[in-house]
Amino acid sequence: MENLIALLVAAPLVGAALLLCGGKRLDRAGHWIGTLLAVASFAVAAVLFADMLGKSAGDRALHQHLFSWIPVGGFRADLAFQLDQLSMTFVLLITGVGSLIHIYSIGYMEHDERRRRFFGYLNLFLAAMLLLVLADNYLLLYVGWEGVGLASYLLIGFWQHKPSAATAAKKAFLVNRVGDVGLSIAIMLMFTTFGTFAFGPVLAATGDTGEGKLTAIGLMLLLAACGKSAQVPLQSWLGDAMEGPTPVSALIHAATMVTAGVYLITRSGAIFNAAPDAQMAVVVVGAVTLLFGAIVGCAKDDIKKALAGSTMSQIGYMILAAGLGPIGYAFAIMHLVTHGFFKAGLFLGAGSVMHGMNDEVDMRRYGGLRRYMPVTFITFGLGYLAIIGFPGLSGFFSKDKIIEAAFAKGGTEGWILGGAALLGAAITAFYMTRVMLMTFFGEKRWDPQEVHPHESPKTMTIPMIVLAVGSVFAGGLFSINDAFVSWLEPVTSFEHGHSPLSATATTTATIVVLLVGAGLAWLMYGRKPVPAVAPRGSLLTRAARRDLLQDDFNHVVLVRGGEHLTRTLVYLDHSLVDGAVNGTAATMGGLSGRLRQLQSGFVRSYAVQMLGGAAVLVAATLLMRGV
Amino acid sequence: MNPVYYLYLAALLFTIGAAGVLIRRNAIVVFMCIELMLNACNLAFVTFSRMHGNLDGQIIAFFTMVVAAAEVVVGLAIIVTIFRTRHTASVDDASLMKL
Repeated sequence: MENLIALLVAAPLVGAALLLCGGKRLDRAGHWIGTLLAVASFAVAAVLFADMLGKSAGDRALHQHLFSWIPVGGFRADLAFQLDQLSMTFVLLITGVGSLIHIYSIGYMEHDERRRRFFGYLNLFLAAMLLLVLADNYLLLYVGWEGVGLASYLLIGFWQHKPSAATAAKKAFLVNRVGDVGLSIAIMLMFTTFGTFAFGPVLAATGDTGEGKLTAIGLMLLLAACGKSAQVPLQSWLGDAMEGPTPVSALIHAATMVTAGVYLITRSGAIFNAAPDAQMAVVVVGAVTLLFGAIVGCAKDDIKKALAGSTMSQIGYMILAAGLGPIGYAFAIMHLVTHGFFKAGLFLGAGSVMHGMNDEVDMRRYGGLRRYMPVTFITFGLGYLAIIGFPGLSGFFSKDKIIEAAFAKGGTEGWILGGAALLGAAITAFYMTRVMLMTFFGEKRWDPQEVHPHESPKTMTIPMIVLAVGSVFAGGLFSINDAFVSWLEPVTSFEHGHSPLSATATTTATIVVLLVGAGLAWLMYGRKPVPAVAPRGSLLTRAARRDLLQDDFNHVVLVRGGEHLTRTLVYLDHSLVDGAVNGTAATMGGLSGRLRQLQSGFVRSYAVQMLGGAAVLVAATLLMRGV
Repeated sequence: MNPVYYLYLAALLFTIGAAGVLIRRNAIVVFMCIELMLNACNLAFVTFSRMHGNLDGQIIAFFTMVVAAAEVVVGLAIIVTIFRTRHTASVDDASLMKL
């Protein structure tokens, strides 16, 4: 069975190679090849999953050693895969949602002449992401980590003829680079501390290592997670990343790649468990981001950017849960999977709306679309109910557990974190209701002469329906007998948290804040007509529209600071370094100018010099003799 | 006769030759003055040989003559070539490598 693991990565990798190197011959069949290989990878994953279910919990983990990648002295890096319950969960999510989005893209990218290339990049992404979650050591994980970064860059900037898309791609790449530095430092620290970076030995050795080192490694891993998962302070790229085609936003910037940070922290759980300070930092980052993203999501009129704020916020929940330690890991991953379903569904719905509305993204120019796009409306609506945590749907189960675990952290921290998570839930209900009302309800705010909203083709609606079904049932299915938690327990370990609030009280509170948030949105956007031009709004609204001034902050502190630094360096270079070099050159030039006078070319002056020299020598000889 | 007089003569000849080299411009004359200096040296060598009673100075004088002969061959050839190209034998005019 373990020999099949490499096939998971190989299938999309072959697809990427074929589609990117195959040339125009493959233009007509390219999207089918790409989709087929993604589905093939999913089929292999399903076989492996079935096999895994047949074994007892203890020996489900598979291991495949392909070859020794870099064997140099004491340094050993292997190309080896590890497929345990955590990786399996990710593999199913990545290949499953990935396949659906490949199918969706067939319809969505139909009129794009570079469709083959698009599918090549999508396959490249799948291969890199699978490598990331299947690697059995941190160095191979880093390869996948960089690979998804590259694929993300290529896909955000897929429409590179638009300057905004090209800039957004560059921005995403650069911000991610900051996080990647964290990961590479963490890996180096691991090597100096443990002498290896394979998951097994590193995570087993955390017990007898100094806390200081573990805290340093943990913080560096957190920095990496912040970059990849768009968490404060490295969150600024995600909003701009929406410049990419919508299937990309659904696959990479909602369901899979941005959750890599959560995977990293959960995988490195043993390190964080032994370093409470690093764990505290994780929790703080998660809590801050979940509120940050939610507030940004409330103010955006661009449907995709509103959803991007929401993604940031939901990943904040996951990071928060992952920072809670063994009481939260399983719930982080559970929320990650349910979020993968409903957020991908929401993005595909948004793409379908844009497809029918001539690529309009401003929600103020939507309105009343439910009659024109019934399938999109229903699937989007189910995703909406799932994300706000409507009782019985996926988001309800996973988010409720995270809120409960946050309270169970204990003490004042527990109350603060739980309160933040509850507040986040209220804001989530608010902004998602706002998106829903502005898009599908109210009166038409578009020109019927110019825009003819229509339902999307089957290749697009079927993936949306499948994801909507997942959004409805996944959470409930996972929660029967705590199936998901006991599935992950051998990898992430699990402890029951002891919340100061009873489970019923937490659930009631969650439902109450949900109703308050949704009701508030209805009062503001449902009862009154939505103005087609955005009103000025309060100070907070205006700040939130500008992503809570994150770009301004980056500009003032980093860009300006960087400019000042470079200017100073340029000045120093000109005055000091160039001064020294040019000064030496000028001195030598002047000296040689003088010396050149001696070389007049007149034979007789040379003769005088020779005579003089000879006279001096004779005189010197005589003098020396005299002495 | 006191051999020191020969040395005086040699010194005189050398001085005349050196002055000629420094003062005259005509390459042929300069050349002859160099010969004069060489022969002044030869005279000094031979005189010293006589004064010290061994043959070292005379052997060196022979060497000098051989070298001087070789030098005349090369030197005159150069002077002739310079005269052909520049139509002058003045050493001051030939102050540059290129024409």
